[in-house]
Amino acid sequence: MSEVVIIGAGPAGLAAALSASAFGARVVVLDAADDVGGQYWRHLPPERPSNHESLLHHGWATFQRMREALAADPNCTVVSSAHVWAIDRGAVHVLVGEADGSDRESRVYRPDALVLATGAFDRTLPVPGWDLPGVFTAGGAQALAKGERVAVGERVVVAGAGPFLLAVAASVVATGASVVGVYEASRATRLVRHWAARPWELAATPAKARELVGYAAVLVRHRIAYVAGHAVTAIEGRDRVESVTVSALDGSWRPIKGSERQLEADAVCLGHGFTPRLELAIAAGCRLSDRRFVEVDAEQRTSVASVFAAGEITGIGGVDLALAEGAIAGHVAAGGGIVDPALRVEVARRRVLRRFARRLARAHVIGENWATWLSDETIVCRCEDVSVADLAAARSATRSSGLRSLKLVSRAGLGPCQGRVCGRTVEALLSARAPEGRLGGASTDRRPIAMPIRLGELARDHEIEAGIPVKGQG
Amino acid sequence: MVARPVPPATDPIEPAASTPITILVNGERRAGVLGQTVAGIMLAADTLTWRTSPVGGRPRGAFCGIGVCFDCLVVVNGQRDVRACQRRARDGDVVEFEGPSQSEGE
Ligand SMILES: Cc1cc2nc3c(=O)[nH]c(=O)nc-3n(C[C@H](O)[C@H](O)[C@H](O)COP(=O)(O)OP(=O)(O)OC[C@H]3O[C@@H](n4cnc5c(N)ncnc54)[C@H](O)[C@@H]3O)c2cc1C
Ligand code: FES
Repeated sequence: MSEVVIIGAGPAGLAAALSASAFGARVVVLDAADDVGGQYWRHLPPERPSNHESLLHHGWATFQRMREALAADPNCTVVSSAHVWAIDRGAVHVLVGEADGSDRESRVYRPDALVLATGAFDRTLPVPGWDLPGVFTAGGAQALAKGERVAVGERVVVAGAGPFLLAVAASVVATGASVVGVYEASRATRLVRHWAARPWELAATPAKARELVGYAAVLVRHRIAYVAGHAVTAIEGRDRVESVTVSALDGSWRPIKGSERQLEADAVCLGHGFTPRLELAIAAGCRLSDRRFVEVDAEQRTSVASVFAAGEITGIGGVDLALAEGAIAGHVAAGGGIVDPALRVEVARRRVLRRFARRLARAHVIGENWATWLSDETIVCRCEDVSVADLAAARSATRSSGLRSLKLVSRAGLGPCQGRVCGRTVEALLSARAPEGRLGGASTDRRPIAMPIRLGELARDHEIEAGIPVKGQG
Repeated sequence: MVARPVPPATDPIEPAASTPITILVNGERRAGVLGQTVAGIMLAADTLTWRTSPVGGRPRGAFCGIGVCFDCLVVVNGQRDVRACQRRARDGDVVEFEGPSQSEGE
């Protein structure tokens, strides 16, 4: 019986676990969160039960089915609160216990095959004032709404790019807050061009289409304006958000002078797409694509033998694509083949959904002149307080375009988040100013330690060699 | 109050009864329910800020809500650098705001 470890219990990881087990593997699923579901099915903890939590979700029944199947499956073990901090030549190093605890159990797994399903997090472009209290990432506001039942404000502005903004607006409205407006940076002409192209493709993804229609209905019902070609280009307030400036953008996301409007608001949700969580894939040695996702072949294999990847780390495509990719990855990781009848449906769905994902990416691609809305004082790196001007000064001081030396001089990306929030922005700002337009191929994605660990936990020399149990044993 | 909990009585999901807990935040008692994170309890009381950035002393609280940004670090029961958005609060937890000292583990 082959042993498969899956990292990530979001849609992709859950699907991978079930299909690997169905093919006969013994499976362990590791996730840092204290319950399964990932970002899409982020929900209230068991201590806070309710009668109709499904109202906050799409595909809740699917999730319940998967969760129950996993719990009942003797060959699948889910380890929650499992913080995978390193992968080293096939060994998966994990700390199991409370988030940022100090006395967690240190384990190492050495499976026959590994499926990476670590998902993605919000990409947030800086805006003057974006570090004021009351500004949240779009996903963060949603996570607080779904996972805490907290409304981030009374008058909430949702802004950025991508269809995800609609989901966020719907989640915020469901907390009883009012959404002042949804501002999508891409212009209507671009949206229509990509969204309306080849309508039969849209028709082939009924679940996604239904979900989007559902969000649109929420906006209509609550009379929330959806304004394309506009962005929040500044956020104002003394100690917290008091207002935002909304500007019309040209096709390159440059604010159009004279179009500014100030709106009263007490919270802002910003999201400009997603960044894949690549650190473990990079640690495992997986090759990345030009667009900086994990490169996979038709069987969801990465460039490293016995390491597979599925879900948003291979490209942003939404829940259904994550499910299809996960099912394929799990099946092949367990020893199956792509041509097996068990995968026929998933392979066909993946093809359709990838096309859909590509058109979304094109419709909402970040405009090349977004940085023109920054001011010199705008903070770029929130951890280390590095401003746009600091970054520029570091550049001229080092007279080098090497990302490493620029980071060391400016300290951008060297704080506790290790550049997760600002990394791609720092790269974009520096390479725009670098004469050769790039940074010697360096990137901010590499993080040798994927999860925070305490020195004490490392020093204690008792990592447990964890077997992959049949449930109830070990 | 701006940031606030969804009132259970009108929440369409119809929450069942929850278990009240109390934590101490800088010596002040804060009420919450079991299952909330430390950040959840703070935000539910419209506390948006519990840390200052190391260089500019700018206010920070929760930003990403999913454990990625590290804006939300607090001291919990004497332990520094705990992400408030990831840590479930337990009755009697003692939460303090972080001073600007060197962070542990670097
Ligand atoms: C906050 C947020 C909210 C979102 N909400 C929506 C939505 O409403 N609608 C929508 O269409 N899309 C949403 N998305 C996009 C979403 O990422 C996908 O639709 C879907 O969840 C992707 O599934 P996945 O399985 O690839 O990854 P995810 O669901 O992101 O799951 C990845 C899992 O891996 C775990 N993980 C990552 N690194 C480690 C590690 N080192 N150790 C242990 N565990 C690890 C994480 O804890 C997570 O549970 C959201 C994204 C974010 C960030
Ligand atoms: S709010 Fe980002 S890590 Fe807690």
